[in-house]
Amino acid sequence: MATVFKKPHALTDKPLHYCPGCTHGIVHRLVAEVLDEMGIEGETIGVAPVGCSVFAYDYFNCDVIQAPHGRAPAVATGVKRARPDRFVFTYQGDGDLAAIGTNETVHVGTRGENITVIFINNAIYGMTGGQMAPTTLPGQVTQTSPYGRNVATQGYPIRVCEMLATLDGVAYAERVAIDGVPGIMNAKKAIRKAFETQKAGKGLSFVEVLSTCPTNWGMTPKDAIKWLKENMESYYPLGCYKDKE
Amino acid sequence: MAEKVLMKGNEAIAEAAIRAGCRHFFGYPITPQTEVSAYMAKKMPKIGGVFLQAESEIAAANMVLGAASAGVRTMTSSSSPGISLKQEAISYIIGSDLPCVILNIQRGGPGLGGIQPSQADYFQATRSPDHGDAHMLVFAPASVQEMVTLVTDAFDLADKYRMPAMILGDGALGQMMEPVVFEDKEITPPEKPWATNGHENKRAHNIVNSLYIQPDELERIVKERFEKYEEIKKNETRVENFMTDDADVIVVAYGIAARVAKSAVRNARAAGIKAGLIRPITLWPFPAEAIKEKADKVKAFLTVELSMGQMVEDVKLAAEFKAPVEFFGRTGGMVPTTDEVFNEIVRLNGGNK
Repeated sequence: MATVFKKPHALTDKPLHYCPGCTHGIVHRLVAEVLDEMGIEGETIGVAPVGCSVFAYDYFNCDVIQAPHGRAPAVATGVKRARPDRFVFTYQGDGDLAAIGTNETVHVGTRGENITVIFINNAIYGMTGGQMAPTTLPGQVTQTSPYGRNVATQGYPIRVCEMLATLDGVAYAERVAIDGVPGIMNAKKAIRKAFETQKAGKGLSFVEVLSTCPTNWGMTPKDAIKWLKENMESYYPLGCYKDKE
Repeated sequence: MAEKVLMKGNEAIAEAAIRAGCRHFFGYPITPQTEVSAYMAKKMPKIGGVFLQAESEIAAANMVLGAASAGVRTMTSSSSPGISLKQEAISYIIGSDLPCVILNIQRGGPGLGGIQPSQADYFQATRSPDHGDAHMLVFAPASVQEMVTLVTDAFDLADKYRMPAMILGDGALGQMMEPVVFEDKEITPPEKPWATNGHENKRAHNIVNSLYIQPDELERIVKERFEKYEEIKKNETRVENFMTDDADVIVVAYGIAARVAKSAVRNARAAGIKAGLIRPITLWPFPAEAIKEKADKVKAFLTVELSMGQMVEDVKLAAEFKAPVEFFGRTGGMVPTTDEVFNEIVRLNGGNK
């Protein structure tokens, strides 16, 4: 009987702990499919963040390091400088990458570190139970913005792709969204391109994935996708922000 | 034959690290240790090594975490306020059982403090290198030559026990020039089958991690680490005894303070006082036995430090109240003089020269 669908080899058999409807599982799978298709699982080292995806080390079949909160790009730099022949990627959420780890994120870009960063932007802190993230939208209600994010006192959301695209060391930066089948296919293409960019030694490759958090948004998975499309995509326009030849 | 050269402490330690097989150095400028980075920046590109000036001490220490995970000998250096920033990564390095070397060329604190020599980071190095139950190896050189020797040992023992090793120097040792000999030693770092360096489809995936969500598992792992610490206490404690055989007054001092104390002990001997010096070379593990052995034979111990008194607590614990333990120190970048220490020895001997 012909196999028409199977789990990528680069994912372990460990059951994912993510909430129902969470898009982490989809993005994990996309990264794993790319590792399989490029045949690079054995040459890849992943760096997991602090946040919901902290347990990524249990799910990816490549070697994985669990980094301190926000420091994944610095840890990945250490790995890449020690083993420039290897593929190195970080997988980070918005609190990890755009709040506590902003400095590490910016400077991995300024150095043009030849690694890949997968950035999950779901506009909220998931693991700690739904607090305001640097990417939380104006007016969005979270546990720490209970009256809606007030930009006068809580500032504005950060558009990471646009910011990184200004840096000379960034080779590739694209924003995609897990908002339906075409969006998923597009996200896969971007992740593949990021690893290809690393293979070509061009510098930092960065994929921002707009994602949902039904649990902490207080929505059904279906409504969450709708909310993402209607609210996040206008503040965070999809597209390629940098593609260095 | 190994030749004798005149070198600044900070440069000698950098050269020694390279000779110990370190090819990955991650730094950030801070007085009084910046020469380490400058030396690495000059040398590493010529020998196929990596020097990287990070965006912060935090990032530099996390780069060390990454490079150590990949299985290479790696190092970072800083001075007191910078070490505080590195403590986050040090904790993860300890919790992930990774080997590396961290150099602290201490300056006065707290806060930004000053830039002159200090030994006020003793507690930080030996008591609380991080949050959680943990230790790291701590070496206290007292000369440029000893900095060189101890760096090699620090890399070897860090690899052997899979934990970080700190060289705890001070601004005086870092800045002073002394003759130094580099022994030609063959470097054979052990295999690191645990490293996250790409499994090449030949083994199961390796994980470097400090997270254990089940409390019983975390307790078991911490306890295993403490069993290892007991082994280290037995096997790796180092101390110098100087004229302690018949001593009535024993000075306990490490690093630059021990240099001053040694001169004071010599002067006391010349004045007819039976003085001696116990110089801890490892601060963790602390050479408690060496002090305990003398506790019922001396009139008093005198601990001398460039601080308000930190190691003195370890000396008191080791002496077990069998002998008085007194303290003399200067802080903020001030260094005790030989005469000041000599006068304290005289006083503890009963006031008679």
